[in-house]
Amino acid sequence: MATTVSLPATPHREPSHRYESGVWSWLATTDHKRIGQLYLYTSLFWFLVGGIEAAIIRTQLYGPNQHLVTAQTYNELFTMHGTTMIFLVVMPLSAAFFNFLIPLQIGARDVAFPRLNAFSYWIFLFGGLFINFSWLLHAAPNGGWFGYAPLTTRPFSPGLNIDFWVLGLQILGLSSLAAGFNFITTIINMRAPGMHFMRMPIFSWMAFITQFMIVLAFPIFTVALTFLMLDRFFGTNFYEIQAGADPLLWQHLFWLFGHPEVYILILPAFGLVSEVVPVFSRKPLFGYPVMVYSGILIAFLGFGVWAHHMFAVGMGPIADSFFSITTMLIAIPTGVKIFNWLGTMWGGSLRFTTAMKFAIALVALFTIGGISGVMHSSPPSDLQQTDSYFIVAHFHYVLFGGSLMGLFAGLYFYYPKITGRLMNEKIGSWHFWLTAIGMNLTFFPMHFLGLDGMPRRISSYDAGQGWESNNHLASYGAALIVIGTVFFVYNWFASMRKGAVAGNDPWGGATLEWAIPSPPPDYNFATIPQVTSRYPLWDRKSPQMTSEVPHGTRDEQKMEVKIAGKTTGTAPAPADTKLNAPNAHPSAKQLGINMPTPTIRPLLAAFFLGCVFVGLIAHRNLPIMFISAALFVLSLYSWLLTPLEPEHH
Amino acid sequence: MATAAIDAHDAHMGGEHPPTSTGLNNTKVAIWTFIGSECFFFASLISTYLIYRGRSPVGPFPHDAWTDPATGHVFKAILNIPVTSVSTFVLLMSSLAMVLAHSAVVRGDRRSSKIWLASTAILGATFLGFQAYEFTSFVHEGLTIHTNLFGSSFFILTGFHGAHVTAGVIWLLTLLFIDIKRGFSPDEAINVDVCALYWHFVDVVWIAIFTLVYLIK
Amino acid sequence: MAADHSHATLAHDAEGNVSPPEHTHPDWGTYKWVALILTVLTGMEVWIYYIPSFTKTNLFVPTLLILSAVKFTIVVMFYMHLKYDAKLFRALFVGPLTFAAFTIVGLLFLFGHLKISF
Repeated sequence: MATTVSLPATPHREPSHRYESGVWSWLATTDHKRIGQLYLYTSLFWFLVGGIEAAIIRTQLYGPNQHLVTAQTYNELFTMHGTTMIFLVVMPLSAAFFNFLIPLQIGARDVAFPRLNAFSYWIFLFGGLFINFSWLLHAAPNGGWFGYAPLTTRPFSPGLNIDFWVLGLQILGLSSLAAGFNFITTIINMRAPGMHFMRMPIFSWMAFITQFMIVLAFPIFTVALTFLMLDRFFGTNFYEIQAGADPLLWQHLFWLFGHPEVYILILPAFGLVSEVVPVFSRKPLFGYPVMVYSGILIAFLGFGVWAHHMFAVGMGPIADSFFSITTMLIAIPTGVKIFNWLGTMWGGSLRFTTAMKFAIALVALFTIGGISGVMHSSPPSDLQQTDSYFIVAHFHYVLFGGSLMGLFAGLYFYYPKITGRLMNEKIGSWHFWLTAIGMNLTFFPMHFLGLDGMPRRISSYDAGQGWESNNHLASYGAALIVIGTVFFVYNWFASMRKGAVAGNDPWGGATLEWAIPSPPPDYNFATIPQVTSRYPLWDRKSPQMTSEVPHGTRDEQKMEVKIAGKTTGTAPAPADTKLNAPNAHPSAKQLGINMPTPTIRPLLAAFFLGCVFVGLIAHRNLPIMFISAALFVLSLYSWLLTPLEPEHH
Repeated sequence: MATAAIDAHDAHMGGEHPPTSTGLNNTKVAIWTFIGSECFFFASLISTYLIYRGRSPVGPFPHDAWTDPATGHVFKAILNIPVTSVSTFVLLMSSLAMVLAHSAVVRGDRRSSKIWLASTAILGATFLGFQAYEFTSFVHEGLTIHTNLFGSSFFILTGFHGAHVTAGVIWLLTLLFIDIKRGFSPDEAINVDVCALYWHFVDVVWIAIFTLVYLIK
Repeated sequence: MAADHSHATLAHDAEGNVSPPEHTHPDWGTYKWVALILTVLTGMEVWIYYIPSFTKTNLFVPTLLILSAVKFTIVVMFYMHLKYDAKLFRALFVGPLTFAAFTIVGLLFLFGHLKISF
């Protein structure tokens, strides 16, 4: 692609050119693809941390009466494992995909508010570091990831542990909220011409629905946390039993947030699976409209089931019945999706790439988790299951077997788009099988442990209760998961240097992101595409795939990837085998596309805002708090009064 | 191919950006989403206040007098309806001023826009003055955030509302400053529009609070 | 009421965003009336607050709720010009508002402030 275009008359060089390479380019980036990668690497790091916490837990629980860790440390471990996995792994991994993928799928150049996007990341980074800093002070949060008051009020939790938890989560909440407003606006307003909502890729749809859940559920959590913060730091009475507070206030507020939160955790993974399965079945998604409506219905109903986490507190028969019914109802749209994925694969030409394996694993494992979930929906049966390992089994099947499997599917699927190279399929297979077998070995026995009476959150158990063998199995499974993860980490980094060059579209994808180079240029699309269907690339290259043929294998017109067993993935190499060869594609300037200027202001604003919280936890240091707040406001003014893009000439 | 891109770009309606999918401004979509989110924020605060209504074991109370059994001190009903009615009226009138400010900017009426922006800010600040007076007199009369459930939930609910008003006043003053320095042209009216939407929302939240906290006994 | 977005010569604002052709905006007259009604309704609310025989009845709370709902609605419809603006904004506001209202009612019931009898 020789570029002999004459440049526009001397564009004046923005002073930010120092931000165009090296570390500064990352610190000052407003590019959604870079921000997505920042989220990705940060959350993969926290995944390892959370995994180590789990490994210690499983080692401690291997046999009866072990003393690898004290009970106090054990409390910190399971609290941080849960908090980390939910807020620092699954949510930001989903955010990595929101960031990287949404503009590409909808045919946009960036998100609606690029600097706000950067801010969301930096405040997330600060929050993760803040809450984990507590480990260094031997004061990690220890009240469970759900932090029930009054246990977490100062009289019952006097140390810094819960302070870190409350403030850390407040910081993280800000990140999610800001991103929510950004993506909602982006999806509503920045779709390419012709991309009606019902032509939008299903991942973008699920992401869109998730953002609404975030912006509506997180404020409730903010209030619940604020009450706890005010009680702990300023002596208010929201959760003070002595002052007549209701011990259920926290629970209701928390679960009003907490239940939509679990749908926030799963819908993006569902979206990724809905991208992967059609491509590797060489068939359009079965029942696209139903997939959309069921997602919307899940979000809707998800706000009406929260007290099913509270069946054991004694709300009375009317409340119990109501929430039991709504919980059973929500199984319907969820189940519908399972059938639609099966319907997609039925009669398709299946390719079992690693991404596809993880996607199919979600379909199977989430179903198991869903079945145990429906068992919890009945209050009498839940009274036996609640607070036992049966629940631990359920939520790990849906979160690990569901969310994480879906996210891995997305990672393998989109790795080529992000890095320009393919991951090694053989190593990927090892990762998959070790993880899938390990996960089932860890969590399936927990169903039995729960029914045999093993409670949650105990740091050790006595011998002779019949719990040893299942705990052994669970710990062996955890070891397999650890090994599988090692394969994954190795594969990720090795493939960046040695993986086969992917080209634009190694998998034969259907949607817009596969039409552009891998990795994409900063402006994404040289020209904004005009969209005429749900599967723009299939319509163009393989029109027979989108005609309504229910059965039969399809011609592999573009078998660019060979499955593990023959050769690892190869794609026809472009003429230039070096990635990012000079002049590989024209620059934004050469195309006359005005891109946002990189700027350090979002990072500064995030930093100063974070410092306010540091001041609060450092014994209510008012000078630090006020100075930081003032600096935050100043950086905000500087940000808002600076134009997003350089003047167009 | 690159040349084709530039030609296409030049032919493209003359603007740097493709038009938005809905034809609506991004910031306006974002502010309405934000307002939707704030509905849940204030709903949680209001719910807590209502949940704890009548549940404080000790006074002072909002609408009833209370005698402290320990000291024999008589606390009168703490809420002052006449004063709050005035502050409510002030805030409602600030919404009128806001709407006139936006209308002036849209018309290109530079003089009126400054007057009405300033008026909105002044009325908002007056409301805050009333709140400050109310809070300090309550503290004087024995109600603090520590006193009981009523004290905590009342001050935090109205305090957060007041914080929102404060942010709004700062926003208004910033707009006023820009309007004085270089003026808003009619196609920059969106900046005032977005502030106005925020301001009116803060006003309607107060309508809810005034009724649920002050008037309903 | 929704703007005709396919119109080829829509105006651009400074960011290149298209703004829908100017809808009928309320004028000073409408704004004045809204302000007047708000004042009157507030006055009414405070007035009935001071009628002890009325405050003791079952109508007191519903009346207040209705009066304030009307105030809420006219500010939203006219000052926030939701009546005249794109339907999308209405959805973005009314959706969460309805949800939030249901949540408040649900919580009040769960904490025993509302009695349901069959």
